[in-house]
Amino acid sequence: MNTSAHPNIPSSMVSVGGGESRKSKATGNVKMSAKDVKVFYGNTQAINGIDIDIYENEVLAFIGPSGCGKSTFLRCLNRMNDTIDICRVEGKIVLDDQDIYAPDRDVVLLRAQVGIVFQKPNPFPKSIYENIAYGPRLHGLAKRKAELDDVVESSLRRAGLWEEVKDRLDQPGTGLSGGQQQRLCIARTIAVSPDIILMDEPCSALDPIATGKVEQLIDELSESYTIVMVTHNMQQAARVADRTAFFHMGDLVEVDSTDTIFTNPQNQRTHDYITGRFG
Amino acid sequence: MTNLALIATLLMIMALAYHMGLTRSRAVAAEHDVRMHSRPGYYGALVALWCGLPALALFLLWSFLAPQLIEMLVTHQLPADMVAGMSDRELVTFLRRVTALANERSVSGGGTSEELAAAAHMARLQTFENLSLVALMAVFAVTGLVVARRNISPQWRARNQVERVITIALAASSGVAIFTTVGIVLSMLGETLKFFTFISPAEFFLGTTWNPRFSTSGTDAQGEFGLLPLLWGTMMVSAIALLVAIPVGLMTAIYMAEYAPPWLRNVAKPIIEILAGIPTIVYGFFALIVIGPFLSNVGDLIGINIRTTSALTAGLVMGIMIIPFVSSLSDDIITQVPKSLRDGALGLGATKSETIRQVVLPAALPGIVGAFLLAASRAIGETMIVVLAAGNNPVLHANPFEAVSTITVTIVNQLTGDMDFASPQSLVAFALGLTLFVITLGLNVIALIVVRKYRQQYE
Repeated sequence: MNTSAHPNIPSSMVSVGGGESRKSKATGNVKMSAKDVKVFYGNTQAINGIDIDIYENEVLAFIGPSGCGKSTFLRCLNRMNDTIDICRVEGKIVLDDQDIYAPDRDVVLLRAQVGIVFQKPNPFPKSIYENIAYGPRLHGLAKRKAELDDVVESSLRRAGLWEEVKDRLDQPGTGLSGGQQQRLCIARTIAVSPDIILMDEPCSALDPIATGKVEQLIDELSESYTIVMVTHNMQQAARVADRTAFFHMGDLVEVDSTDTIFTNPQNQRTHDYITGRFG
Repeated sequence: MTNLALIATLLMIMALAYHMGLTRSRAVAAEHDVRMHSRPGYYGALVALWCGLPALALFLLWSFLAPQLIEMLVTHQLPADMVAGMSDRELVTFLRRVTALANERSVSGGGTSEELAAAAHMARLQTFENLSLVALMAVFAVTGLVVARRNISPQWRARNQVERVITIALAASSGVAIFTTVGIVLSMLGETLKFFTFISPAEFFLGTTWNPRFSTSGTDAQGEFGLLPLLWGTMMVSAIALLVAIPVGLMTAIYMAEYAPPWLRNVAKPIIEILAGIPTIVYGFFALIVIGPFLSNVGDLIGINIRTTSALTAGLVMGIMIIPFVSSLSDDIITQVPKSLRDGALGLGATKSETIRQVVLPAALPGIVGAFLLAASRAIGETMIVVLAAGNNPVLHANPFEAVSTITVTIVNQLTGDMDFASPQSLVAFALGLTLFVITLGLNVIALIVVRKYRQQYE
């Protein structure tokens, strides 16, 4: 993974460092695929029929103006929209050739396989250890205490948080700083060994330094996980994503390699958005 | 002029003053062609306050002082040897009779000639007092109005002054509740100390027998005033009530907050809260007529002797009564747990009930404990249900199927009927009341601290 290729955050969108090395990755197998997905809130249609393939081990970013449906679509991918009473999803989303909206599909197992990290860090009001151990306990992933300790340690290590918290695992997770809390939430998601990690604007509540750390983490995680992230920040998409999808008013306008989207978009709406004409 | 008419008139004058202040401020603004410091309404309100407040203060002070002054004048006017021949107590009785006669109420025996003469004198003084009050108030009101109206100028900071008066009025209103509480505690404390001159605190707080006897049998026949049987009865009934109310209330809250569809929630929540509005006396005879006999029959069936009026009967019904306290407070607290926490657990693949049990309830726990403590203090202070359904049997025993008595029931017993407020039999009610107050106050304070701690967690 070539993180040193763009050590300084580029201020202009055109200078996308490291884009070349990333693009080559986006040719793996299809991990997840959406066909004509429509979402309704009551009688209002929020998503107008989206088709998209998500490849294994890629970082796919969703960009677009507020209210364009990118978060709504993201939440369809692990059925988090089920928790909203008035929300209805139509169409087909397939994960490893199996429909995730099939009636006999177990949503509990689906969410273990497709984890999610939210916009605002939401650690449980429990200790750091318990925050990480919660998922593995839930799914019975660790038989003994020692195994659980291992899972907690390796998850925190992968989230780059171990060195900062290893001496205070028994202290409340809510006592960490915002950036640490978000990495704790990422570690919590990793602990159940998902295939795909969804991230809903994971850095929008963080300061630039914490954002840098989380972005670096996303880069490292894409070695072993497929990552789909929503972001408001186009530079962030340029920095971390292999491919970028532009959403507008419930439509998926264009999806292509991040380089192409930012340097040579095919659609006029995409062009207007990334050059700052609206949004 | 009666006081009511006086106040009504004053209010009308204040309305007039408001209007005058309003028009005057507009006129001033137009005359000098400047912008006034405040909106016209504030000048109107301020003129009304200047007009009304001094007059009102005079009225309050006058109503407090004038009767005493008149009594003093009447006493002065009495023959000196007559006053000297009376004890203080006789003088007070005499003045009371005179006052009644002066206000054209009849007194027993029709009044002696001295009394009638004094009454006539008093009536004259009262007429004079009343007229001078009206006159003085009129002077105050008109002066205030004129001065304030003349004061109206673009520089007069009417808005700030009105705001200050509002602040003072609000602070005074909150003071009423606080001073009343302090007053209640002090009056109970005084009577309690009087009680402890008869019975030692150790005997009261540690005594295991409650048998006060009757005050009419004289102070030599002093009974035993042990608090413990009553405290025990209170605790037993409250514990049974909480055993009913906490599980049912908490589960109701969880269902209402997490599972119930909106339409059901909208219908069911008000119905549950109606339970809190039923007068407790109604619960009392529901316990006495329905629950008591029912429990007694059930006891017969399974071979246990359950009294119709027992700790169990009272506790069960009281538990039903406090369900809404537990459920609606817990419901509010559960709903306050941020959605992001639920999403976090659901996103990891927790089921709904796992999320509630492992994440939502632990997060809401301090607040829920606060709700429990408030319900407990409510149960401990509850009176009518236990008066009717607990059986009034102040004996120390551990059988919930037997009758018990509680602190509240005993207070009712000691303060009803023919009583003498100098006897320990009546005074003990104050000691009991103070004990009860301290217990419930303690629970409330703990509950508030716990709830506050919870609030801080998500701010």
